[in-house]
Order: sequence, then C-alpha cells, then structure tokens
Amino acid sequence: MANLKLTDVEKTYGGTVQVLRDINLDIEQGELIVFVGPSGCGKSTLLRMIAGLEKITGGELVIDDMVVNDVPPSERGIAMVFQSYALYPHMTVRDNMAFALKIAGDSKEEIDRKVEAAAAKLQLENFLDRLPKALSGGQRQRVAIGRSIVRDPKVYLFDEPLSNLDASLRVATRIQIAQLKEEMPESTMIYVTHDQVEAMTLASRIVVLAGGGVAQVGSPLTLYEKPNSTFVAKFIGSPAMNLMRGKIVGTGATTTLEMEQGGGTITSNYPSTDADMGAEVEVGIRPEDMVEATGSDFAYHGTVEITEALGEVTLLYFQRANAEDDPVIGKLAGIHKGLRGNDVKLTASADKVHVFHNGISLLYRDKEVFLPGVQPH
Amino acid sequence: MSPIIQGIITIIIGVGGCVGYFYFANLFLDKVLFPARGENAGRNINRANMIRPWVFLFPAMFALGLYLMYPVVGSFFRSLYDRSGDEFVGLGNYARLFNNPDFRQAFFNNILWALFVPAGATFLGLVIAQLTDRLRWGNIAKSLVFMPMAISFVGASLIWRFVYAQDGDIGIINAIRFYFGAEEGIDPLQIPFWNNFLLMIILIWIQTGFAMVILSAALRGIPEETIEAAIIDGANPFQVFFKIKVPQIMGTIVVVWTTITILVLKVFDIVYTMTGGNFGTEILPSFMMDFMFRDDGQATAVAFVIMLVVLPVMIWNIAQARKEMR
Repeated sequence: MANLKLTDVEKTYGGTVQVLRDINLDIEQGELIVFVGPSGCGKSTLLRMIAGLEKITGGELVIDDMVVNDVPPSERGIAMVFQSYALYPHMTVRDNMAFALKIAGDSKEEIDRKVEAAAAKLQLENFLDRLPKALSGGQRQRVAIGRSIVRDPKVYLFDEPLSNLDASLRVATRIQIAQLKEEMPESTMIYVTHDQVEAMTLASRIVVLAGGGVAQVGSPLTLYEKPNSTFVAKFIGSPAMNLMRGKIVGTGATTTLEMEQGGGTITSNYPSTDADMGAEVEVGIRPEDMVEATGSDFAYHGTVEITEALGEVTLLYFQRANAEDDPVIGKLAGIHKGLRGNDVKLTASADKVHVFHNGISLLYRDKEVFLPGVQPH
Repeated sequence: MSPIIQGIITIIIGVGGCVGYFYFANLFLDKVLFPARGENAGRNINRANMIRPWVFLFPAMFALGLYLMYPVVGSFFRSLYDRSGDEFVGLGNYARLFNNPDFRQAFFNNILWALFVPAGATFLGLVIAQLTDRLRWGNIAKSLVFMPMAISFVGASLIWRFVYAQDGDIGIINAIRFYFGAEEGIDPLQIPFWNNFLLMIILIWIQTGFAMVILSAALRGIPEETIEAAIIDGANPFQVFFKIKVPQIMGTIVVVWTTITILVLKVFDIVYTMTGGNFGTEILPSFMMDFMFRDDGQATAVAFVIMLVVLPVMIWNIAQARKEMR
C-alpha cells in the first residue's frame, strides 16, 4: 500500500552502455501501472530495478517516502511474479507460498492462516500438497501470484506473467488478475507486458517505454485518443495508425489539411496557429476510424491491393506509393465485397484526425516530448 | 622394429578393424543375408533392421562378457578353492577372512573411507563450485582444483609423501611444528587411527575436482528466477544455497557421491604407496594385494567381498543417474 516515485532514474551497464535514462514517474497508491514498449526497451530492466534485482546506477527510487536505492529487495515491501513462474520445484504449493513467511519467522498458525486464505482466493485449496510439476501452466501462475499475496506487499510487480500461457488461459488469468486488483484496491501494482490487450484492459495508466526513455504516460484511452508522438500513435492500437504526409492549409480552432497522395482535404479538431500555415505535417488516422468518402473531402485515395474479410470488419490494404512505406490500412465495419483492385476514397470525422509536426502531436507541442528515435515495431 | 612404428601399426589395425567390422558386417547383412530385392524385399528389410542392432552390439557385449562377466564368475569359483587351487574348501576362505583381525581392521578402515572421502570431496566440490561461480578468476581457480584429477594415484601419493615427510625442511606438517617450537620431527603416517584420515585427504584432494565440475554444471542449470524469487522472499545467501539451490541439484549430488563411493572401494594405490598397509591403515583393496599371487583363494574372496559391498551403491547410483537423465 504505497506510492512510488522515480526521479531521473537511469541504468548503465559497465559504465558505458546506457539502457535507461531520465525515468521520472509518480505512481499513486492503488494504481495499476503497465509498462509497455518494444522488445529491448528496458521495461523488464526497470521493473527489476524497482524490485531490487538490478542496481540503480543513477537517480532515486522512493517507496513510501523512503529512498530504497540501496535497500535489499526483501525489505522494499515488494513481491514479484515472474514470467517463468519461478516456483521452487522441490517444494509443494503450500511450502512455495509459505517460504517467505517461514524466512520471516512467522508462527506456524499465522503461516497456515495466510496460505489458506491466499489459496482460497486463487482456487488452489485442492492443490496445496502437490509439487509444481503436477500443476498446469495456469495453476502454476496462480501459485506464483499466491506466493506474492501471502506476503501482503506494498507493491506487486508482474513481469510478463501471462506470456507463457496459451491464448484462452491468458484471457482467463488476465480477468483473474483484474478481479484480484478489484479485491485489493489499496495495493499498488506494476505490470510489464508487450501485449497491448493486457495493457489496455488492466492499466489505470500505461507507461510507454522506448529507446531508453518514457515516450508517454497516461490512461489507456488518453494514449489511444491523444498520442503525443508518432511513436506512441503507431505503438498503441492494432493495426497501427496510418500516417500520411500532408500540408496545413487552414488554421485556427480546427485545422484544414491537404493530403499529398490523392490531393483531398480534410479537417482535424486539433488547433493550430497562423504560423503553422503551409507546414509539412504527418496526418494520423486509425484504420478503424476510416470510412468510405463520397464527397470531395477525403483523406486518402488509393487502389485496394488486398482485402481481409473478418466478418465483423473488412480490412483494406492499399497499394504503397514507395516500397519502404507501411501500407495504408482501412478497417471498415461489416462486410464489403468486391473492393479489391478498386479505387477507394477514405475519410474520417474531424475528431479522429491526428496531426503531428516533426513527430510531435500539435496538442503537445508546448510540452516536453521524448522521441525514442526507434521504430515502434 | 621401432616401438613408434609398432604403435602406429597397432592403432591402424585396431581402428581399421573396428571400422571394417561395422562396415563389412553391415554390407553382409544388407547384400548377402537379407538382400533388399527379389520377391521378399520388404520382409528382408524388416529382418535386416531387426538383426542390425545385435550385429553392432556384438563386439561390445562379447568383450564385456569375456573380460567382465567371466572374471566375476571365475573369481567366485576360485574363492571356493584353497591356496593352490586344487582343493575345494567351500566358504573356508571367507571364514578365515572374517577370523583374521587384519581383515576386520581393513574392513573397518574401508567403512571410514567410504564415509569420509565421498562426503569430503562432494562437500568441498559443492562449496568450491558455488564460491567460484561468479568470480572473474573463477575458471582459473576451478582449473587448479581440477588438476589433481589428471595425476595418477601413485603420483599424487608421492607428492603427499613430501607433505607428510618427517624432515621439517620437506614436510609442511613438521615445518609448522618446528615453527611452533617442536624439537623433533614425527612421522604423521604412524599416528594410529588418524593416519587413515591423512591418507583419505589425498583421495579427497584428487576427487574434489571431479565433484566440483559436475556440481558446477548442475548449479548453473538451476533457473535463475527461482533464486531471484527467493531473494525477494527474503532469503539470505545461506538460505538461498541450502534451501533453494542444494535441493534442486540433490539428484546430481547423490550421483557424484555414489560415484566417488564406488571409486573409494576400488582404490588401493594410495595406501599401497604411502604405508603399504602398515600402521593400521590397511583397506580392502590393498589387503587383497597382499594375498595376490601368494594365496589366490583368499585374494579372490576379498575381491568378492569388495564387489558385494560396491554392488548396492552401484545399483543405486545407476538408478539415480537414469532418473536424472529423464
């Protein structure tokens, strides 16, 4: 039950290789924070630094108003759930959960009470005397979670806890974690994942890590609706947001844009100033926000190369102007037959059109925005 | 003919013979005995495949049978006959052995060896494996500890004769004693009872490297996360070692332990070289050496006693090793 504060935290290996820098985060008690980012962005490293398994080479980590940079993991009041479960293979489920309490010297009655309570919460009562190898993947992960619960930590740390589970079990366990969080509204949780669905559904706030820094912090819908950079825009959401070159031709409370490909014009609710007139920008529209255009206002005009009919939606992949560009993708609701090979015009409503200048959203240009300098995927 | 050329010819004949055996036996099976053609081609291929493993295994089974099984059976029968081998004496040789105080001494000493050498070598090997795991110069340390493995038992014994030498200028034990003011050198190998342990130290010194190498590999096989989880759970380094690491490699520890036990029950060189079995240091293998060629009836009886003692350890060892492999 604690708040965490990271100030200018950095991680350097061997004095030269810097993997994380200038990490500033305020985590309130009761939040469920999700770290997401592309592989190698340092999200697991940051979690391990909070856990105390990796040394913090710069900056300060505060848990509950106490600097814990040099406090050993067991005294930080944290518990961690590992991707590989990390159960002690030679101990029964009961002993696995009781291990920390035995080390701490709790009385036998107290240990039994806590273990049984955690087991009841996770439906593990019938497995208490089994060894981990006699459990399924989902049960093992529940034991790992139970092992953290019995310690009643201030902060729960989850390191990709669902990655080793199969798809259906992943959904079930994800919901279980969400319920667990609801039962323990006071506890703070930090959760590392590369799975967007986990991030969007579980998080109270998402931290997007990339290129060694924090790209954006915000609630899942803030990141989805108001990404601060093209990086976050492309990283959150699947398929990724379409980014198309355009020019600002009208400024004010709303911005009018002329698109490079197809020459259509479209309006965005992003405000702009007179000085922006004529600026070359990137116009971002999510595939699911695209609709077929009938009039002269359209965002994109191209030939459909491939269609994917999924029933509930139809995905349109357009021919690329340059081979190195990502294809523009449209995601139309319902079934649309016979579009393949056709010329199609697409547009989007003004509140769904994002405008980025030099990679930074017009909404955030007065703020400091970290540009990771790497590709999101 | 010079010995080098002789050696080379032997190697060529030996290796060539092995390769030739497998090649021609295989050829004979496929082309002559069960050719894969004609009306019975399919049946012949199946038959050839059923016989092939036995053809390939035959040399090994034959050699093992001739040089291992036959001597065991032969020794047993020899142990039932008297010194000259003419007269059947039943279990007389065994009865004489157990009435012989020297044999009982050797038997008792051997029990000490079988307890302390595997325990000492395994414990030291485990500790060294753990302590050198994360050191930058750990591999150098490990190589040094492993080196005695490459020395023959007799060679190692000769080295340790210097360590135990009575002369203070040579033997370190007496050098230390002189440093603390002793007047006269002693022969450590003549101290009753404890001289057994001085001899065991030599074998521990040799076998620690073996235990260390195997256990070091086992320690590295432990999933890192279980150790990190234990650290987060609040375990101190000793608890991590004894409650998390050691239980996870228990199977390997048992295999190392029993392997060394089996070796201990066979080694006679150290005692033979250091004391010749005098001063109450006799063990069964060296005791057997005393009778060899003089009273083969007694010697084979000792050999059989050793085999009976080793057998259960060996069976357990193999069972454990197979369990590890699964």
